[in-house]
Amino acid sequence: MALCDALPTLLCKFPAIDDGTIRVVRKTIDESFKALVRSYANVIDVVVAPLQWFLNLLERSFTGAPWILVLAILLAFVFAASRSWRITLGAAVAMLAIGLLGLWNDTMITLAIVTVSTLLAVLIGIPIGIVMARSDRAQRIVNPVLDVMQTMPSFVYLIPVVMIFGIGKVPGLIAVVIYAVPPMIRLTNLGIRLVDKEVLEAADAFGSSPWQKLKNVQIPLALPTIMAGINQTIMMALAMVVVASMVGVGGLGRNVLQAINNQFFTIGFLNGFALVGIAIIFDRASQAYGRRLQKHSEVVHG
Amino acid sequence: MASHAIEIRNLYKIFGARGADHVEAVRAGMSKTELNATHNHVLGLKDINISMPAGGVMVVMGLSGSGKSTLIRHINRLIEPTSGEVLYDGVDICRMSELDLREFRRHKTAMVFQKFALLPHRTILENTCYGLEIQGVPGMERRRRAMEWIERVGLSGFENRYPNQLSGGMQQRVGLARALTNDAEILLMDEAYSALDPLIRVDMQTVLLDLQKELKKTVVFITHDLDEALRLGDKIAILRDGEVIQQGSGQDIVRYPADAYIAAFVKEVNRGRVLRVETVMTPLSGPVEGPAIPAGTVLEAAARDLSSAGASVAHVVDPAGLPLGRLDLHALVGAMVTESTEAREAAA
Repeated sequence: MALCDALPTLLCKFPAIDDGTIRVVRKTIDESFKALVRSYANVIDVVVAPLQWFLNLLERSFTGAPWILVLAILLAFVFAASRSWRITLGAAVAMLAIGLLGLWNDTMITLAIVTVSTLLAVLIGIPIGIVMARSDRAQRIVNPVLDVMQTMPSFVYLIPVVMIFGIGKVPGLIAVVIYAVPPMIRLTNLGIRLVDKEVLEAADAFGSSPWQKLKNVQIPLALPTIMAGINQTIMMALAMVVVASMVGVGGLGRNVLQAINNQFFTIGFLNGFALVGIAIIFDRASQAYGRRLQKHSEVVHG
Repeated sequence: MASHAIEIRNLYKIFGARGADHVEAVRAGMSKTELNATHNHVLGLKDINISMPAGGVMVVMGLSGSGKSTLIRHINRLIEPTSGEVLYDGVDICRMSELDLREFRRHKTAMVFQKFALLPHRTILENTCYGLEIQGVPGMERRRRAMEWIERVGLSGFENRYPNQLSGGMQQRVGLARALTNDAEILLMDEAYSALDPLIRVDMQTVLLDLQKELKKTVVFITHDLDEALRLGDKIAILRDGEVIQQGSGQDIVRYPADAYIAAFVKEVNRGRVLRVETVMTPLSGPVEGPAIPAGTVLEAAARDLSSAGASVAHVVDPAGLPLGRLDLHALVGAMVTESTEAREAAA
């Protein structure tokens, strides 16, 4: 290192804080975090209990019911949303293939957790998106948080989730929600902010209260964008259930994880394709529903 | 329900972060350009004083950027004034609390917008109901009242369509029906017809005039079109760069334009179809001569009557048939074709 000889050490080797100090800081933070979690253990249990209950209920009814009933309900749901025989038929084919390959039960477990996490993400995301749309300050605060949530590797926030909630389905669910909620928030915010200013002014001119404006104008006009957010949220939840299998979520994700550990090429891909199948069903159905919502904007008159 | 006059007094609007700080400077004579250059604030309205007639049509005319849309938005306070008063029935709208303002907007005003501003996800009927829904009128009642107005503006059979399925002219009929269904005393029309093509525009003007004969609302109508202003306005105010440069009846503005700017506007007007006989008649002296021409007749029609009667003198009568004044062909033709000397000088 000829160059280093000419330079003072300080400029050549990065002056890192010494290992001892970092170790002390690390230990202090870890331990105080653990202590905090321990002291609130009871509260945390109470808070997650309803989630646990709901998730178990859904999982039991999905896996426990006769497959033909579940399939019928799912197809009815897909048809109600899309009003398209093509999409419904595609969904039937995909689900039957999944069943034939022996993945029905695992798929049901995955469907249950995706359903719960999507509901949760919508329930959390829409109000936050609305607050963000109404206040520029809220937007300035929430946006960087969302940036972090979306770029932080999901394995990293599994660590505090496991520390707080332990190993199991609910921590997995929470990890999925954290991963899947940002597009819901962002697109709700965007949808409301894009609502035509003229129409809002008209609502004001007729004396709408803020709630009436939200209910009658902003939400309905933002709905197509909000639907796109729900679609994105479902896709991200499906992607995250695989990662969440590392903390104890069952279903297709666990099979994939086992396949990685044991180099089961075929099993890995079959489970992967099952996830792709569900993803496509959800995606097509929700997009078709979104398009149907916008039917009124078709210009019939030239 | 009687409509009252709207009084606008010393109204200033300065756009920018600290508009109120610059009112004094503007009052002392700082120009729009100077304000923009030195303080980066935009002068929207400067010392507006207009008394808008109760139960009549007040037209505010000006080109884009003149502040006319800003002005109309002060009447229902969609824009906050920087200083000044807007009085309706003795109450200053600018000082109302948020709740009072909302009640005022719900019950006293209705507005029609240039770009219609209909709710695209609602049918024509649901759009027309909107004001009543906001007021909390029950469903059946608001449906009934909305249908009445949908019919009056000629949209029967379209009530279950969506706005995007209608043409521009029909959409604006919905806008008008929505405003009228509110049954408010004040009707605010912000360039309501500017986006329509000329034939439909004239058609919609007729609709408004016919309705106004019976409704007698206090209408504030914004336009950039002088012909429209002259056709509709009981009183006209002309705005330029945020200032009122002339206000008065259409007859006054056409005959005595206040400055070169207005004269240039007025030059293109077909005076024979705007000026009325009572504007050019002279006091009666001596016996009543020639054919009787009812007051309110425009010059062109009067000239036609005179020439078909082969007379050079006529007399103007009121609706009861009593003579009001004397009209001679010379003055009539003179008023139709020539501008007044002052105006010509001003225009040069």
